[in-house]
Amino acid sequence: MSDIPMSNGDDTQVSGRKLAGLAKSVARHRVVAVLAFLFVFPLIIPYEALAVNILIFGLFAMGFNMVFGYMGVLSFGHAAFFGIGSYATGIAMVHFGIPWLPAIIIGVVAAGVIAMIMGGMAIRSRGIYFAMVTLALAQCVYYLVYQMSDWSGGEDGLTGVGAGDINLGFVQFSLFDPTAKYYFMFVFVAIAIFFFSRILNSPFGAVLEAIRENENRAQACGYNVLLTKWYAFVISGLFCGLAGALNALHLSVVPIESLHYHLSGQAVMMSLLGGMGTFFGPFVGAMAFLLLEDIITTMTTHWPLFLGIIFIIFVLFFPKGIWGSVLHWVKR
Amino acid sequence: MQTNEIMRAENVTMRFGGFTALNDVSVSFPVGQLTAIIGPNGAGKSTLFNVLSGAFPPSEGRIIFEGTDITGTPQHAFAHKGIAKSFQITNVFPELSALENVRIAIQAMESQFDIWTPRNKLKEMVERANELLELVGLNKHRERLASNLAHGEQRALEIALALACNPRLLLLDEPTAGMSPEETVVMMDLITHLASERTVILVEHKMKLVMGISNHLIVLHHGEFLAEGTPDEIRTNDEVRRVYLGQGDH
Repeated sequence: MSDIPMSNGDDTQVSGRKLAGLAKSVARHRVVAVLAFLFVFPLIIPYEALAVNILIFGLFAMGFNMVFGYMGVLSFGHAAFFGIGSYATGIAMVHFGIPWLPAIIIGVVAAGVIAMIMGGMAIRSRGIYFAMVTLALAQCVYYLVYQMSDWSGGEDGLTGVGAGDINLGFVQFSLFDPTAKYYFMFVFVAIAIFFFSRILNSPFGAVLEAIRENENRAQACGYNVLLTKWYAFVISGLFCGLAGALNALHLSVVPIESLHYHLSGQAVMMSLLGGMGTFFGPFVGAMAFLLLEDIITTMTTHWPLFLGIIFIIFVLFFPKGIWGSVLHWVKR
Repeated sequence: MQTNEIMRAENVTMRFGGFTALNDVSVSFPVGQLTAIIGPNGAGKSTLFNVLSGAFPPSEGRIIFEGTDITGTPQHAFAHKGIAKSFQITNVFPELSALENVRIAIQAMESQFDIWTPRNKLKEMVERANELLELVGLNKHRERLASNLAHGEQRALEIALALACNPRLLLLDEPTAGMSPEETVVMMDLITHLASERTVILVEHKMKLVMGISNHLIVLHHGEFLAEGTPDEIRTNDEVRRVYLGQGDH
């Protein structure tokens, strides 16, 4: 009814509408949009190592966001999936001489197995208890790996993971070339993003939203909420495991910090910073977090202080996060 | 014992700590009828409702549905058996549209763990959701967020959610709680209409409200069975009158 465009153009109105239109088509073709952006991303970022970091941690935060943003369950143990993905990939390559591709798959599967176990133990608890149980279990994994120093390198981390030259038959490149490394990672992240979007857009994705909105009602409607939560936890763990596996190849080492709860906290911060429960949010959050860290640490050693302040500002004034606020503003 | 019953509670006792909310209650619900469970505050109506609808298993006793013992069946299995409920406190998916609310309730019967089919392929569910919204009078509001609906509309939406599993037995816990007189009339009409097609069990505090629409009444008092019968029998039952008179005229 009111959709008829005004004939003598009100400029702000028109540009506002164009922007809203743009945002809508971005939302509709979210996979294409995010991939297009990440494809040109290295051109606008100061150096590629940071771009690769953003790619990997964006993927990590995205996987985390399935449970946190879409299903509304706060986990404080996602470092375990990232770290186990890293270590399993690294151990497969260093100790067993397994090539990089099967090693990545081993990393993802190992993270999935850990998620099955942790999920099975934690999923019955709710709210803050769930956060605490996952935190405790993840710390158990941390100390377990820390103690197995013959396999994991203990405190020094696992060194010598480098894949070096990669030969795909039709193309050959070295992971020491930063641009090649970025696009190598990009392929994996792109595949992950496609699957992620597909899952969110499925009937299963709708159930996650239903559980976030009202767990009791979802149950009364006939959904097996516990089982759904467990599945989501495991799927989320697979994505985070892939991020970890890629990080092992990126750094050529697996630092023990990959399993530390700091990393679980970072996933929460990145999600909140970018916008929980939005598709782009985790990538925007990872970008904001890592860029700020990069810039601020060159000026001062007190980065955590600034991070704290930024975090408080966001929680108080922009609870929807950067991307969430943009979406909200555009919809208005 | 009636053979044409849909549900039966056998010697149901429910204790919360030291407090006995229900004491050895045995009642039977005839199929195809609208049965109302009434009683003054603290009579144990909501407890009985929760036991019947599977929110928690009884401390003692059994629940029989269509001849099978369903005591202790997990909550999510009830909808699949054909038992649906609406809650006393409005219970919808607040930040989803009215249409998506109902669609998701319909989906529960068909697909829980499908991680691949795109949602826009689920056209049949959307069609059925639209039909249900029309039935409860919300077809004009299908795109609105549930949280933006008026209280009466949210209650109607909840009925639509309950109907999504195509229940043979519909359990309603004080469906008119907090409603304006106008909304109450609309809701009562809707319930009468629904009861013409399936068995309905209704918990209600206001006795007058259910007298006109129910076929069968069960009266609880202090967690115990007090009386049952047709509205006329209940109206003239001395004990029921005594219990309700003590509470003022409802």
